[in-house]
Amino acid sequence: MKLVDNNINRRSFFKKTALTGSGLILGFNWMSYGSLTKIETLNQLPKEWHTINAFLKIAENGMVTIMSPNPEIGQNVKTSMPMIVAEELDVDWNRVTVEQSPLSNDFDRQVAGGSQSIRKGWDSLRKAGATAKQMLINAAAQQWKIDPANCTALKGLVKDANGNSLTYGELASIAASLEVPENVKLKDPAEFTIIGTERGNIDIKAIITGKPLFGIDTKREGMLYATALRPPAFGQTLASFDDTEAKAINGVKEVIAFGGDEKENILNNKIAIVATSTWAAIKGKRVLKAKWSVAENAESTPKHDEAMKALLDTEPKESPRKDGNIEQAFAEADEVIERLYEAPFLPHNCLEPMNFFAHVQNDKADLYGPIQTPKWTQDTVAEQLGLKPENVSVGMSRMGGGFGRRLYGDFATEAAQISQLVNAPIQLQFTREDDMTAGTYRPASKYRIKASLKNGAITGYHLKEVAVNRNMFGLIPHFFPAGAIPNYQVDLHLLESNITTGAWRAPYTNFLAFAEQHFFDELAEKLNVDAVQLRLDLLEQAKPVAAKDEAIEYSPERMQNVIRLVAEKGQWNQNLADGIYQGFSAYYSHNTHVAEIAHLQMVDDMPQILKVICAVDCGIVVNPLAAKNQVEGGIVDGIGHAMFGNFSFDEGKPSAANFHQYRLIRNMEAPEIEVHFVQSDASPTGLGEPSLPPAGGAIANAIYKATGQRLYKQPFVEALQSSRTKL
Amino acid sequence: MQQYTLNVNGKPYQVTADEDTPILWVLRDELNLTGTKYGCGIAQCGACTIHVDGNALRACIMPVSAIGDKAITTIEGLSEDGSHPVQQAWVKHDVPQCGYCQSGQIMTAAAFLKKNPQPSEEEIKGAMHGNICRCGTYNRINAAVKTASEK
Ligand code: FES
Ligand code: FES
Repeated sequence: MKLVDNNINRRSFFKKTALTGSGLILGFNWMSYGSLTKIETLNQLPKEWHTINAFLKIAENGMVTIMSPNPEIGQNVKTSMPMIVAEELDVDWNRVTVEQSPLSNDFDRQVAGGSQSIRKGWDSLRKAGATAKQMLINAAAQQWKIDPANCTALKGLVKDANGNSLTYGELASIAASLEVPENVKLKDPAEFTIIGTERGNIDIKAIITGKPLFGIDTKREGMLYATALRPPAFGQTLASFDDTEAKAINGVKEVIAFGGDEKENILNNKIAIVATSTWAAIKGKRVLKAKWSVAENAESTPKHDEAMKALLDTEPKESPRKDGNIEQAFAEADEVIERLYEAPFLPHNCLEPMNFFAHVQNDKADLYGPIQTPKWTQDTVAEQLGLKPENVSVGMSRMGGGFGRRLYGDFATEAAQISQLVNAPIQLQFTREDDMTAGTYRPASKYRIKASLKNGAITGYHLKEVAVNRNMFGLIPHFFPAGAIPNYQVDLHLLESNITTGAWRAPYTNFLAFAEQHFFDELAEKLNVDAVQLRLDLLEQAKPVAAKDEAIEYSPERMQNVIRLVAEKGQWNQNLADGIYQGFSAYYSHNTHVAEIAHLQMVDDMPQILKVICAVDCGIVVNPLAAKNQVEGGIVDGIGHAMFGNFSFDEGKPSAANFHQYRLIRNMEAPEIEVHFVQSDASPTGLGEPSLPPAGGAIANAIYKATGQRLYKQPFVEALQSSRTKL
Repeated sequence: MQQYTLNVNGKPYQVTADEDTPILWVLRDELNLTGTKYGCGIAQCGACTIHVDGNALRACIMPVSAIGDKAITTIEGLSEDGSHPVQQAWVKHDVPQCGYCQSGQIMTAAAFLKKNPQPSEEEIKGAMHGNICRCGTYNRINAAVKTASEK
């Protein structure tokens, strides 16, 4: 486990250049302290700012502007990341303003994804603040002609022992001309006054008053609105189209095929409708007549299911972890238990449908909108349009949700293509139907899990995955129960498909966690051991293995701690009111350990989830107010998709296009949630995703207690409904 | 195309639009009032909720021709400066995650509390059930509505 390193003694990650202006601006390299970046001056603004990833500036009046480098998708980094800088800078939070940083050429990781913004930014952010503070102290010491060691800085003020004081604003311009100190001391977490305190969302006022913040709110001079018609089924191509009626719609300016690639020999496969308003573009699309080819090798969910099950009986593509000898364990077992767990595709359904602004001119492009991966967008647009990457600017708006969908910038590249074709600034808008049917879905997957029991112990564990297009990433095979069971093996099988798939909040583990945690519940019952006790015992067994095996991802100790905490807070096995049932689940992902207990009752044979108690170890909690919000949201999301999320394909065509056909969890279905954070001095870890994976298992285990029914397939509501009709 | 005089947030506006244009797109594209959001276009998500003569309505399915001289209030006009008790309660509970659904949630809550100033918790959930929050901020939404009702 890595604790905060307090005394940084590495290569300097700051470099200074000639300074002439007033005010101090510190540029710091975002992710690596290895590479060097420049200090810019106020009068070089704003052009020079684009060459750095993140920075802070101090005005003569003491106001501090902290740039938030990572895209904001609702995970609150725009508040939490600047809090970390402000902490080490020792400035009053009220004097801080925050700006979204644009994409910089120097960045290492201007990405929102994998719950990694805070974890990976932690050291750099602290050093940026601490280095700036030291420079302000050095400036004051120079003024007073004393040793900087005799000065202190607090709340925007540098003081000496004689009662002299200067504000950061007064010192900023001098500080900016000084050498950048190489080794700065970071605070002891016990000294934190901003980190660990509740700070409201930095954009709250703009959100509650409806200010333009989101990509969809973009308005630019001369801008036109575009929609696009795409093939209705995966595998189809555009044969021909008739735009007579579309062009007759008031406001429709152009109807134009796009999306082809001469180099790749791909024909135009989509049609853009460009108009003077969104409504005209939507109407034009509705009346546009297109003919599509018959889908080649059209894919359907029943066919996928069959093929995936067949694959599970074949030799795996890969076996990323093998401990001991599972064959032998199964041969010698008293009992072998095997179960199959099945997950459907899922669309992301960000509430703000995909959209992007693009203005492509001869040799440059200006793009702006909601994107989790601005750098990818810059490079891809540059390549597709034959531009230099440095001539493609990508601005980041606040995002109406991400959940992984906005890692894939297909909508941004489409916008750029359309803008280039019609030679105008355009805002491409997906309708909800476009958003749901031209998605980058969570891949459907199946897990076959087999365990051997002997003399009251689990001796072997065999996890087989079959997933569409991509397999679980490299770390997951080393999650629990790796290390806890002597004979352990993970096998991966793959079904290739034309359906676009990608990361969906807590990729793979969003379903795998349910499968395993429901499976362990069954094993505990077989072994006649309490479900919580079984996990604690297994983690005890994992300790010596984890101590030696660097590949083991989780910490058995930290996992035990969250389990014990949730068992206590969630009244595990204590007397509950009649008709209330409990389910337990615990999972490690995104470097964070989480345990959950769900309380539910059955109403008309359907579960009503009353309460979820959750214990989390994510290291230092930067902003408890926002952290709780993330954990609550992850649990609601996990329950909602486990219960209702369903998406399939028929002859390549998606089964749902809008919310009347696709059920999302709503207000009355959300349980009360209680969040407990483990007190910790360890560096912060991920929080946007880790509370989601355990939620499905917790409710499935509680449903079993209430009904005696095991659930093997999501969405649960289908299995529960069909067992109800059998009654 | 037709000419319409709309009364939005207490001000008159002249617009030219096709009569079937949902008021949502008139507000967003013609009047640049982008606080009212598009989420589904079929009255399923509540992101576009506005007040028409004090009633919460879905702007995405309300054609501009059906508005007449009724008074429209959007999130931008709920208060001058975010001081409406519902908006204040949203700040107090730090409700938003991504924030996209929140103008619709606030507009739904404000109209509901006008009709039912002292609702029970069950009534609050029922009133807010039609508004999707994809980020799952439902508990904070309910707590904020409760706080606003106590003002
Ligand atoms: S956009 Fe109107 S209800 Fe969804
Ligand atoms: S806060 Fe994101 S949809 Fe509600």
